[in-house]
Amino acid sequence: MSMETLQIFWFFTIGFFLVGYAILDGFDLGVGIMHLWVTKTDKERRLTMNSIGPLWDGNEVWLVVFGGALFAAFPEAYATVFSTFYLPLIFVLFALIFRAVSLEFRSKSQSKLWRKSWDVGFSMASMTATLIFGVAVGNILLGVPLQEGFIYRGGLLDLLSPYTLLVGVLAVATFAMHGSIYLHVKTEGELHERLKNWMWRTFGLFLVMYLLTTIVTLVHVPHATANFKDYPVLWGVVVLNILAIANIPRAIYQNRPGYAFISSCATIAALAVLFAAAIFPNLVYSPDTIHSLTLYNASSSKNTLGIMQIIAFIGAPLVLTYTVIIYWVFRGKVQLGENSY
Amino acid sequence: MELDVLLLSRIQFALTIMFHYIFPPLSIGLGVLLVMMEGMFLYTKEPIYEKMARFWTRVFAVNFAMGVASGIVMEFEFGTNWAAYSRYVGDVFGSALAAEGLFAFFLESGFLAILVFGWDRVSSKMHFFSTLMVSFGSIFSSVWIVIANSWQQTPAGYHIVEGPSGPRAEIIDFWAMVFNPSTVDRLSHTLIGAFILGAFFVMSISAFYILKERHLEFAKRSFKIALVLGTVSSLMALVSGHSNAGMVAEQQPAKLAAFEGHFKTEDEGTGLYIIGWPDTENEEVRYGVAIPKMLSLLVYNDPDKPVKALDQFPREDRPPVKIPFMMYHVMISLGMAFIGLTLLASFFLLRGTLFEQKWLMKTFVVAVIGPYIANQAGWISAEVGRQPWIVYGHLRTSDGLSEAVAASHVLTSIILFGLIYVMLFIVWVWVLNNKIQHGPDDVQPATTSGGAAHQGGFKDVATMLADPDRGHALVSLDEGSDAVEGEEDDVNKEDVQ
Ligand code: HDD
Ligand code: HEM
Ligand code: HEM
Repeated sequence: MSMETLQIFWFFTIGFFLVGYAILDGFDLGVGIMHLWVTKTDKERRLTMNSIGPLWDGNEVWLVVFGGALFAAFPEAYATVFSTFYLPLIFVLFALIFRAVSLEFRSKSQSKLWRKSWDVGFSMASMTATLIFGVAVGNILLGVPLQEGFIYRGGLLDLLSPYTLLVGVLAVATFAMHGSIYLHVKTEGELHERLKNWMWRTFGLFLVMYLLTTIVTLVHVPHATANFKDYPVLWGVVVLNILAIANIPRAIYQNRPGYAFISSCATIAALAVLFAAAIFPNLVYSPDTIHSLTLYNASSSKNTLGIMQIIAFIGAPLVLTYTVIIYWVFRGKVQLGENSY
Repeated sequence: MELDVLLLSRIQFALTIMFHYIFPPLSIGLGVLLVMMEGMFLYTKEPIYEKMARFWTRVFAVNFAMGVASGIVMEFEFGTNWAAYSRYVGDVFGSALAAEGLFAFFLESGFLAILVFGWDRVSSKMHFFSTLMVSFGSIFSSVWIVIANSWQQTPAGYHIVEGPSGPRAEIIDFWAMVFNPSTVDRLSHTLIGAFILGAFFVMSISAFYILKERHLEFAKRSFKIALVLGTVSSLMALVSGHSNAGMVAEQQPAKLAAFEGHFKTEDEGTGLYIIGWPDTENEEVRYGVAIPKMLSLLVYNDPDKPVKALDQFPREDRPPVKIPFMMYHVMISLGMAFIGLTLLASFFLLRGTLFEQKWLMKTFVVAVIGPYIANQAGWISAEVGRQPWIVYGHLRTSDGLSEAVAASHVLTSIILFGLIYVMLFIVWVWVLNNKIQHGPDDVQPATTSGGAAHQGGFKDVATMLADPDRGHALVSLDEGSDAVEGEEDDVNKEDVQ
């Protein structure tokens, strides 16, 4: 296989891990975001937490594998992205640790204050992590002024602009919707009914943010749409995206939450493909384009990409198998049992 | 005051990895014991083994969660703090890290869900399979991470070329990278260290129950299984440690000299310090007690062949001596103590009087701290002894830093991680203590298919059981198994309601 094919293969494989992460951890971050809003009683709060109990850890591994694969396939991008986004990433890690621990420890004591604190922590941490992910995506779309040697020398506050914050809020809205639908699927009774309203609300918020972001991107970030002129097929993805989005309210209305969930997964996947289409072939676009990190100048050697491809071909079927087994074992409505949180 | 990014980054890395490494060795060690216990259950069908497996699984789960939470940080830290290093080694090092994620983490985290939440959802064979996979996965993850680390200790299978932003290492032979000169020695040694920790951990809690006369049957069985693993592993640590020292002497002679506080090369065989205090100003070991010619004998099998000392290396290439020397000696002393302790316990076990030796049981309750220290001490000596290199012989630690990161950012991260780690650690100890105070539960007859039906009724009991005081009250009645009967009744009552 030629070097270029391998590089493109890895661009899409990394994208695949990111989509997997966004869809899977997306719903459990979303459950976290909604945790305080949709629940009324302690039992309901335990139910929301346990709806993701056996799954969130495996979902987070997608992020870990994304990190590892980026390191191996595009070391320059790994080094640049994570040292550029140093503090934001530290905050994300902090939030993820906090979330993991809140889940694990919340129900370990009867104290009201104890439980309340972890509930708030869980929800805030989920929200913060999502917001920062969104802001990071916004920055990548907008471009980061890299200098000689792919090094970023700007400040932290330069990474926060109205546009990047807008994308951040879009991310929160997307996951909130995705999480609400998931919770609706997994619960029964009163909570299940209440979530119906929340699905509508979060969908509304998502729709508004989606339209706003699209318009601002079209107007203000011209390089993000350049590929669409060169490759008109990409408009197909836009159409699929709109269909997926339109299908969400339809499915909710028809009382088919499972179908709505599949549609919101498809929406996230389509958004991710659009994002990839917008940046390709850059990994990090720099306005000073000779310093842009592209999939050609950031990649590791042909040998490594080849070895990694073998690793991926052995690993991927295994991973998909376990994922299916686990989701199958834990199918159905959440129940609280003696091993629950 | 000018803050030094290099120093801060090193402190940050050491802090986060040492915190992380509190948990993995227990996950690995306890994982193996879980496999043994559940295997015994499937084989003998005695419910006591299921009771054991269930209890230790709960302890395992709490520890595992901490390992995961702290491990995610490590995965990104090379990029955040050591960007120049990542650019330099990514081509080689990244693939091991990616393989770890793809092969090991998915396996562990996926089957962990069944291990912890799946008792009543899957058959006992499937559950055993999941336990096996989790244990396998945790060993596998240590395989890849130790390969990566060993490569930076003893690089192999690569060449240096001009990369997009400067020179970098590129892989030419994957298997030579994987089996670099130190991988096998270091991996086996690390795993053995983890087994020792797992064994001592189980022995500590079991000894505690035995002393308190709670859950006796359960505690004795657990102790015996752990003692077998502990004795064998402690003996193996000596063998593999010796092999490690030979490897270090060959591959990283400056490191070995630092371990041994060996400042000046002699003409005759080199002695081995049992104890001492290295004085780096005057380049000598004070208050030292040494066995003459012993080091030469151990390293070269020849008492008269001198071992290279630090004076053979240019000053800028010498590692620090104090920390590696002390940590290395702490590890070995502890290793010897483990051998003594486990052999003694095995001796009493064979004579059938083990559990009457109150003083020995008391020793075992606290002895678990030993393997924790030995594991950390081992890594510290290996890593500090590697300095000043980040990739041995090629890239200095000071050249591996992120170019663009400010000291204040690193400091912020240290403070944030410091805060959350302290909090986490306190909570972890507290939860673990609850679990221990609560002790094992008797096992409900398994309702395998769709056990969900009766689960709803358990919820309040489950929360009540988390209350340590209640645990006390119940178990102080008599031996464990009787006491817990009471709980079963409660459970049934709840069910009826
Ligand atoms: C895969 C790589 C890897 C692995 C498995 C470990 N380390 Fe390491 N360690 C590094 C890669 C590394 C590093 C990136 O190379 C550092 C950062 C700065 C340095 O010099 O080496 C380092 C530094 C470093 C330091 C600071 C040394 C100094 O700066 O003087 C300590 C105390 C440790 N490590 C301890 C550990 C422990 C307790 C580990 C147990 C898990 C461990 N390391 C595993
Ligand atoms: C710098 C080095 C290290 C990095 C980057 C690292 C990375 C990670 C990450 C990202 C996780 C979480 C995975 C998940 O979500 O399930 C993890 C957990 C784990 N790590 Fe590490 N790790 C390092 C050192 C080590 C070492 C030296 C060992 C073993 C010898 C080890 C063994 C494990 C194990 C067994 C787990 C499973 C979770 C647990 O033990 O509780 N790690 N590590
Ligand atoms: C009994 C005699 C022992 C000897 C002679 C010995 C020897 C060594 C040596 C030479 C190293 C350095 C390897 C390197 O730098 O690459 C090492 C590292 C290490 N030791 Fe030991 N050791 C002993 C016991 C133990 C025990 C009991 C434990 C834990 C319970 C332990 C845990 C470790 C760990 C975790 C490392 C770091 C990983 C590695 O480099 O392999 N050791 N040991």
